[in-house]
Amino acid sequence: MESTIDIARLVVNGDRLEVGIPTHYTLLEALRYVLRLTGSKQGCDKGDCGACTVLVDGVPTLSCIMPVWEALGKRVVTVEGLATAEGPHPLQDEFDLNGAAQCGFCTPGILCSAVALLHENPAPSRDEIREALSGNLCRCTGYAKIYDAVEAAGARIREGRGGINPEGHDRTPRRHARTRRSPDDQGTR
Amino acid sequence: MIKARGNTKSDVKLIGSPMRKVEGLDKSTGRAVYTDDIVFPGMLHGKILRSPHAHARIVAVDTSDAEALEGVHAVVTGRDMATTYGIIPWTPDEYPLCVDRVRYIGDGVAAVAAVDEDTAIRALDLIRVDYEVLPAFHDPFAAVEADGSTPYIHEARKEGWNGNVTKKVKLEFGEVEDGLEESDVVVEGEYFFEGTTHAPIEPHCAIGLFEGNGKLTVWSSTQVPHYLHRELSRVLEVDPAKVRVLQPLVGGAFGGKSEPFDLEFCVGKLAMKTGRPVKILYTREEVFYAHRGRHPFHMKYRTGATADGRLTSVDAKILLDGGAYASFGLVTTYYSGQLLCAPYQMPAYRFDSTRVYTNKPACGPKRGHGSVQPRFAFEVQIDKLAERTGLDPIEFRRHNFIGSNTRTVNELRITSNGFLECLESVERASDWLSKFRNMPFGRGIGVAGSTYISGTNYPIYPNEMPQSGVQMQIDRSGRVAVFSGASEIGQGCDSVVAYIAAEELGVPLDHVRVMRGDTDFTPVDLGAYSSRVTFMLGNAAIDAARKLRRMVQEAVGEAWEVKPGEVLLAGGRAFWAPDTERQIPIREAFNLAETKFGTLGSTGSYNTPKDVHGDYRGGTIGSSPAYSFTAHVAEVEVDVESGFVDVKKIWVAHDCGRALNPVLVEGQMEGSAYMGFAEALMEEQIFKDADHGRAGLHNAPSLLDYRIPTSLDTPELEALIIESIDPEGPYGAKEAGEGPLHPSIPAIANAIYDAIGVRMDRLPFSPPQVWRAVESARAAGTLAKPGAPDRAAAAVAG
Repeated sequence: MESTIDIARLVVNGDRLEVGIPTHYTLLEALRYVLRLTGSKQGCDKGDCGACTVLVDGVPTLSCIMPVWEALGKRVVTVEGLATAEGPHPLQDEFDLNGAAQCGFCTPGILCSAVALLHENPAPSRDEIREALSGNLCRCTGYAKIYDAVEAAGARIREGRGGINPEGHDRTPRRHARTRRSPDDQGTR
Repeated sequence: MIKARGNTKSDVKLIGSPMRKVEGLDKSTGRAVYTDDIVFPGMLHGKILRSPHAHARIVAVDTSDAEALEGVHAVVTGRDMATTYGIIPWTPDEYPLCVDRVRYIGDGVAAVAAVDEDTAIRALDLIRVDYEVLPAFHDPFAAVEADGSTPYIHEARKEGWNGNVTKKVKLEFGEVEDGLEESDVVVEGEYFFEGTTHAPIEPHCAIGLFEGNGKLTVWSSTQVPHYLHRELSRVLEVDPAKVRVLQPLVGGAFGGKSEPFDLEFCVGKLAMKTGRPVKILYTREEVFYAHRGRHPFHMKYRTGATADGRLTSVDAKILLDGGAYASFGLVTTYYSGQLLCAPYQMPAYRFDSTRVYTNKPACGPKRGHGSVQPRFAFEVQIDKLAERTGLDPIEFRRHNFIGSNTRTVNELRITSNGFLECLESVERASDWLSKFRNMPFGRGIGVAGSTYISGTNYPIYPNEMPQSGVQMQIDRSGRVAVFSGASEIGQGCDSVVAYIAAEELGVPLDHVRVMRGDTDFTPVDLGAYSSRVTFMLGNAAIDAARKLRRMVQEAVGEAWEVKPGEVLLAGGRAFWAPDTERQIPIREAFNLAETKFGTLGSTGSYNTPKDVHGDYRGGTIGSSPAYSFTAHVAEVEVDVESGFVDVKKIWVAHDCGRALNPVLVEGQMEGSAYMGFAEALMEEQIFKDADHGRAGLHNAPSLLDYRIPTSLDTPELEALIIESIDPEGPYGAKEAGEGPLHPSIPAIANAIYDAIGVRMDRLPFSPPQVWRAVESARAAGTLAKPGAPDRAAAAVAG
């Protein structure tokens, strides 16, 4: 198969770009191989896992099964485009604070799905979060910490507080349940 | 070197509080670099040709057409790397690419490097392989009964032996038969644990680079850079001093990247042949065939108890379906029995385990290596015994608690043990007492317990060197640089060393830099497996940091004319303990130290205790510096018409010794409970038989068809941290990454029984399997809510 290169006009993370792209490329291949935006991940290359999710005109889209030509003239936002000069998106900060990214490989796609959710609904219920993230497989977390992060970010967006959370962990929404035994109490039963 | 460094003092400042991960923002902003994100100028792309046959002799391989294709730079076959390797030094039974025999559909035969991926794929089509197809073994029972009339999967190690057997282990402790005979109650059960795979979201990827000076560099999504370093050197015949392994961030592993894989040797060899960087990225399908996941186990248990509910004797017979190669199988075979002897006291125990080869992708370690399967069977056995003796199943477990500072029947040394607190915690949080046997038909609750190792006292290859090392530097900028060879796979080990450096040296966390994942520049750590990293790396980091701390204390003490021990380092400052008004910024304290001692650096290391195991063959396997403990309660709703099991909630209490960062510990607990739940209800790594396509073909090698839970499938998870403060762990910490998975499956099985009175003895508890079990129970008239525990009634029934 000889690949043909064509000039594509793309709008990615606010940048208007004119680049030569092989005509058979998917949007994910164009992002990763041509634009070197490697934040979006390839987990399955067939639309099953959601690691490649990006926003196309604000809609979470599986970039590994979208031909790049379908993205022409549309606004594409990847994980690299979520932060601003002021700092990371509240979701990005809360993902760190809440331990929502373990290996981090599904994180860029989940963030894109979550950004779209919070844009529509900054106060989602837990069921609405579960529904919105159901196209993104996470193999590490069991999703619990991800829900915490999305809820905390929603609260920050509602209160108009972006950027890095200066208060850090003091606001972590979850109580850490702990039972500690005193070191002397090591007796057998 | 220190043997172990316990710190049971509770005067820690940062340790134990929620903290960010050192690479957390990199991961949430897309800056984090994984292997496939790396590109080099002139990089070639590699692909591996895989066997279409489950078992065949390779008669001839003709690569001439592929080599002639424009854009192809090199083709290699098994003959180019004809040295066997294996993660366990005693069972090296695989080649990077097959030399004369293929042993499963998907076994690698040849590899190409070409200008791009498309050209590499076309080149594979041009390689001609002549195979002589051999009869294949798909069923482990057929493999173990083979008589040699058709070729064994591997050569028998001795004349007359069955070459399909990887390993047989039979160990007996105490008088098992007498114990069973004298028991008031004996429960017999047969269980089947279906194989499952890791399915990390990142597929395996590797890049090779060979420089003119003979230096080989391999980047890989591995969780064992050190073992990869050794095997690359040995198989590709490059001096270990000239091999460098780099481990970019790893996108999930769970045991699935804990030994060398064909792609790592192939990128190395292809780079050596072409002089160009070469990358191979597995397709998702290849990840399923690479496997090394959970072995299918066929298990038989006989378990005895006294009438008042004390375990007397346990007898286990296990057949492990190992797939085509040994992988970690020797250890898996031991683990199938060795790790069962806590948290319950058992006076007599025997296991008889056999691992066989079959013509399927090799099984290996998956989170909770070798002990998740028997734990499922055994905790269901316990549930049956509790019922027969009329005890509440939590009470039965409490009753048989082994205790702390003791030895198991197979002579493993238990130190800290918070299992009772785990049980109490899940009992209270789940409102167990009002729910057990009390909810309406269809709704049920179940409990299970377990133990797991915090690393192994003996490394994979025999040596007396440290299991983990850390190097640390501080300087006049006030910054700490940590050099760590540990394998960050998402669990947070890079953060753990940073927390320890910040704790011990009194600097803010964001003044610590972690240099990692590079065998040229970091001390050796053996890898992210067997839940060893926090315990061993943590102790090594404490060792390194305290050496530096003492230098800073001495320098400041000298300047202030006070005792060094009175100088405290905390919160970015150095204080004089008797009068904390006297203080300087930590940067100035480091300046004083650098002035006094010159450039400031230290190393720290940890090695395991070597004298705490049983004196019998295999007694070292399962021996760990500390054991974690877990209890789960699961609540389920079962629809008997469809067989659908809806897990409502899982409470998981885990004794991690001390939670260095509770956010990360909870994450491990929740992730473990999720993964166990997934195996209980959904996951099956299965292969077609001859009636349903080509025998040995993977049934569902995609993330759509191999079902792993989405956010909608996953139940609510509640993590309850128990801290027993281990005497030898770093600040008292033990493992949290694998132990919390173990009780998931039996807790759900026991909950299903509480809901509808049906025992699920085969995994997974998928709608067809549950429905069939329901139908059998309906026919037998036993489909009903079981009765509440009743000691008196149980005594009469015997």
